[in-house]
Amino acid sequence: MTRPITRRLAPLWISLRLMLILTVLLGVAYPLLVTGIGQAVFPGQANGSLVHTNEGRVAGSALIGQRFDAADGSPLTQYFQPRPSVAGDGYDPTASAGSNLGPESPELFAQIRERTAQIAAFNGVTESEVPVDAVTASGSGLDPHISVEYARIQVRRVAEARGLSVERVAAMLERSTTGRDAGFLGEPRVNVVELNLALDGLG
Amino acid sequence: MAWVFAVTALLLVALVLAVLYRPLGDYMAWVFTSERHWRIERLCYRLAGVDPERQQSWRTYLRSIIAFSLAGLVLLYVMLRLQHLLPYSLGLPPMSSDLAFNTAASFVGNTNWQSYSPEQTVGYVAQMAGLAVQNFVSAAVSMAVAIALIRGIASRGGRSGLGNFWVDLVRANLRILLPISIVAAVLLLAGGVIQNFSGFTNVESVAGVTQAIPGGPVASQESIKMLGTNGGGFFNANSAHPFENPTPWTNMLQVLLLLLIPFTMPRTLGTMVGNQRAGYALLATMAVLFILVYASLTAFEFAGSGSAPQLAGGAMEGKEQRFGIVGSTLFATATTGTTGGAVNSMHGSYTAFGGLMLMFDMMLGEVAPGGAGSGVYTLLILMVIAVFLTALLLGRSPVYLGKRLGVRELKIVSIAILVMPTLAIGSIAMSFAIPSVKAEIVSSMGNDGSHGLSEVFYAFISAAINNGSAFAGLSANTPLLNIMLGVVILLGRFIPIVLVLALAGSLSMQGKAESTLELPLHRPQFVGLLVGLIVFIAVPMFVPILLVGPFAEGFIR
Repeated sequence: MTRPITRRLAPLWISLRLMLILTVLLGVAYPLLVTGIGQAVFPGQANGSLVHTNEGRVAGSALIGQRFDAADGSPLTQYFQPRPSVAGDGYDPTASAGSNLGPESPELFAQIRERTAQIAAFNGVTESEVPVDAVTASGSGLDPHISVEYARIQVRRVAEARGLSVERVAAMLERSTTGRDAGFLGEPRVNVVELNLALDGLG
Repeated sequence: MAWVFAVTALLLVALVLAVLYRPLGDYMAWVFTSERHWRIERLCYRLAGVDPERQQSWRTYLRSIIAFSLAGLVLLYVMLRLQHLLPYSLGLPPMSSDLAFNTAASFVGNTNWQSYSPEQTVGYVAQMAGLAVQNFVSAAVSMAVAIALIRGIASRGGRSGLGNFWVDLVRANLRILLPISIVAAVLLLAGGVIQNFSGFTNVESVAGVTQAIPGGPVASQESIKMLGTNGGGFFNANSAHPFENPTPWTNMLQVLLLLLIPFTMPRTLGTMVGNQRAGYALLATMAVLFILVYASLTAFEFAGSGSAPQLAGGAMEGKEQRFGIVGSTLFATATTGTTGGAVNSMHGSYTAFGGLMLMFDMMLGEVAPGGAGSGVYTLLILMVIAVFLTALLLGRSPVYLGKRLGVRELKIVSIAILVMPTLAIGSIAMSFAIPSVKAEIVSSMGNDGSHGLSEVFYAFISAAINNGSAFAGLSANTPLLNIMLGVVILLGRFIPIVLVLALAGSLSMQGKAESTLELPLHRPQFVGLLVGLIVFIAVPMFVPILLVGPFAEGFIR
């Protein structure tokens, strides 16, 4: 190797300069451009699809699930309950996570058994009526949705707690239900945050 | 009924890719063959001191890649170690040295294995100016390697060289990845992906509990995370997080972004070598494997076998309600079949045989359809073996696209197909053979028994093949695992690149072989042979691992 050291290091020198140029283009200009477009054209979405109470207070995001339980962790009867969450103490967006428990995990097995019994008793239905999403934790721990089946078994309990007719609550549920996107993508679902917010808004 | 939706979703993917196959494949071919430089590209070359007209031999091309990746590795490492000094660091401390090494290796290696939880570890500037930049350039490096190999095949011999890495790198970024990313980011924004610099904002929830709503430049990172088959999430939950992937249609968009470049690159090859049927053979091979994995994975998740899924009434642990099983298995097939590694559902909570299919998809060597660039170059390596085998069977000379495949080429590909299994199985063996290492690995497992073993197997296979997804029960953020996995990622990335470029160099020296008896390398029979070859190269080496991991979990319970 008789080539001078400067020539051998040339690719490294080019690389460093190119990395800096690309960082400016792809790591600064590009995200700022997208931020500009987002804030100008889609400000609602870009800032987290926030939802508001009738009084105008920000009450969270339509996309991020929330806890609807008392300080001692017991579920509040007047609210539709979301799926189980293992993000922090439940629905903690600073710690999004799934359980990562395997299909043969004794811990998961026990959790599912306990959740099934609790949900059946809480809503006054049989254990076989409790749907799968009600007893399994989502991947993000922030899933704002439940299945239509899980929402239906909660209608009577919510109606009783709020002194509303079952029909009224069922109609509200209907309005918070979304079908499959384009008729075939994803699953039908009920947004728990929006539904509970709407129920509170009835005054 | 559920199968109707599974098939319809697949048909939509097929339709979009079929429509884009020709225009995007030809566009990429034009990008890498055009004589004209854009003004902004000339500026880049001038500032960096590059002579864009200079042709590089395979050795120079390789040296440029190594230098560029080394520079990226060092810059990213420094950035992560000093992130507390950067703006918008959200008050987060610097990464530890082993975690910064692991993360830098992982993002430079197009792997995006993350042994940390992003929302608790990395600030906004480190994400967008550090990690996301590597999302772009590491994908561009993969594409450049693939293009260099295609040029080697297309060359008419002599000392024509493999092109110029710096030009390929800049063009892949500015003409392909950036424009598509901008369009995709805007679509994601419309779907609800966030893009702001607000940090965490405390709000009072509907029921009156305090909740911290996260912010961040997510949409811009999300689009290149998928398009570049990278997979590093802005949040810990990755594409399961509603702010990364809010709706079933954004989920479909993300799947399409993952598959876009790998599935259209066969057209680029077809156009550059002037033989579209060669492209179709590659495409068919990718598609057959993809459908095979998707169908079996979906069937296993629908069946929902296993103690916990049966008790719950289905395999929904770790899956989001809006995606359901089909939206999750389609994404999982795409992410393990490309070198993506993003997840929209927690792979570790899949059924035992569902998890097996995810590992199987990676073991194939990432050719279903593989990473942006790496899919085509890995498949071409396997193609060399298949052509040689076919030629032997038919008693003709092994010629692929006018290039005679000799001893040198065969030596190169024989080593290449052993790299990933050697790294994966070797490091798994090391993990359990050395008592002190074993003790630490076992304590990192998040589940007991065979599922815990599967977590470790999955991690090393994922690192060796540069995928980056995980059975995330494993607590991988320990100095030992960070360093082991970081080293495996770098070797798994760069040894194949060396071999592919050596192959490209060897092929480019040859003139076009005049063969009167062309091998029928585009017929369904040959595609069948190639698919079989891929499966039979991949599976036998991993049988012992599969037996004690997912098989044991699925059968003995």
